[in-house]
Amino acid sequence: MRFARTIAYALALPIVLVAVWWFASAGSTSVFWPPLSKIVSVFGETWTADRWTGDVLPSLARLAAGYAVAMATGVLLGVVIGLYRPVRAFCEPTLEFFRAVPPPVLVPVIALFLGYTGDASKIVTIALGCLWPILLNTVEGVRGLDEVMLDTARCYRFSAWTRLRQVVLRGASPQIAAGARQALSIGVILMVISELFGANRGLGASIVQFQRSFAVPQMWTGIILLGVLGFLLSVLFRLVEHYSLAWYRGLRQADRGA
Amino acid sequence: MAGTRPKRVAGRGRDAVLGVLGLLVVVGLAEALPRLGIVNDSYLPPASAMFAELVDQLGEAAFWTDLGATLRGWATGLAIAMAAGIVLGVVIGSVGFLRDLTASTIEFLRPIPSVALIPLVVLLYGSRPTSALILVVYASFWQILVQVLYGVADVDPVVRDTARSYRFSRLTTVRTVVWPTALPYVMTGFRLAASVALILEITAELIVGVPGLGKSIGVAQSSGAVEKTYALVIVVGIIGVTVNLVARALERRTLRWHVSIRKEAR
Repeated sequence: MRFARTIAYALALPIVLVAVWWFASAGSTSVFWPPLSKIVSVFGETWTADRWTGDVLPSLARLAAGYAVAMATGVLLGVVIGLYRPVRAFCEPTLEFFRAVPPPVLVPVIALFLGYTGDASKIVTIALGCLWPILLNTVEGVRGLDEVMLDTARCYRFSAWTRLRQVVLRGASPQIAAGARQALSIGVILMVISELFGANRGLGASIVQFQRSFAVPQMWTGIILLGVLGFLLSVLFRLVEHYSLAWYRGLRQADRGA
Repeated sequence: MAGTRPKRVAGRGRDAVLGVLGLLVVVGLAEALPRLGIVNDSYLPPASAMFAELVDQLGEAAFWTDLGATLRGWATGLAIAMAAGIVLGVVIGSVGFLRDLTASTIEFLRPIPSVALIPLVVLLYGSRPTSALILVVYASFWQILVQVLYGVADVDPVVRDTARSYRFSRLTTVRTVVWPTALPYVMTGFRLAASVALILEITAELIVGVPGLGKSIGVAQSSGAVEKTYALVIVVGIIGVTVNLVARALERRTLRWHVSIRKEAR
């Protein structure tokens, strides 16, 4: 009964909103706001198998590659910077500056170095944009580690590798996850922007092509697809976070109960 | 703990020196790499050339017009998003029925990348400032709304019930119970939204061509004015740092009474 109520609550407003969109736009003759029925009917013919393999999947692959590079570099550098106070003091103002530069302005700068037609420049853009939140959050997480815990691990003669894995990375992981979540949404933004700039193939590039050729219903299907992808990525992220940080939730609950 | 104080201050002084040193090393590298021919100077001009160009820019009227346009777009969008986010957040957060009803919709709409709206705003408004405004408001609104919702949910049930027992009016409850609890969250939301708003403002200028610093960066890059590209990127970076610092200072000031800040200050 409770479950049914939750479901009803979760679905009620989305259904109403879609229904309002459907009926309000039903007779629409405006070029910019085509009827939702039209958008739905062109969805299948727009996103064919060819588009999926030629545009959508390459976009997602670039996002994954850039994100992975940022994750590896960010955590590695973050641990080094976070563990040693002089290194941290040395790097912090510089890092603060680079973080504050809005990532989209990287696009023209990277275009100077690599041109802007290939995959490499786009992956570099995504990686550079995602790097800062991951790096700075890792630094914060490592800095906030319990000194006693680090010393205890040393006293028990844990090897450096074990200390790094079991104490440092584990202890900083809630913060790293927070940074990774911020980075994911920046990554999606940059995935789209990098394709808007160097016009060739990709999800973002297709949407702009639709817009430039005034294929408005097709453009709407692209916007909806991008929205759904953004949503699915955040669900996926939350699942991964849920399982990898299960120990942390347990710990916090225990703290609160005590 | 008077004894530990001078040591800590000395440590902080050393940190500051190291930090400045770090910045100088980066600037030094940016000067040396192109001068020594390790990096082609048509990709990365020497730092001195960037700064010389930056100083030149300060004398140009066009630069100040761009800067004004960027800051205006950013501030307007942020203000609208703040107002809408706080009002809706407090209303939705205080009414359990609304909270349950909207949760799924908010969770769905929030992760939609705001850049997905770029083609739509281009069709509707072209490169007018309205395009940038819509993107900025959309992106920063969710940051604030979600934080306000967390904040309102954090109100101590006992305090809430006490207020009800004393027959506080709804408005008084919001003013004296809900708002002070939610304020730290609101300020976090403000800090996040301020930087997101800047990102979207610059994006809109760069991609859509709304007048502002972003547009000038794009123009400078495509016309081969490399020094100017870097000079403007540095300016945007400085704006970003300033926005962060101001947001943090504002956070400290409005939350002076709050436990978390009082502890830090001690």
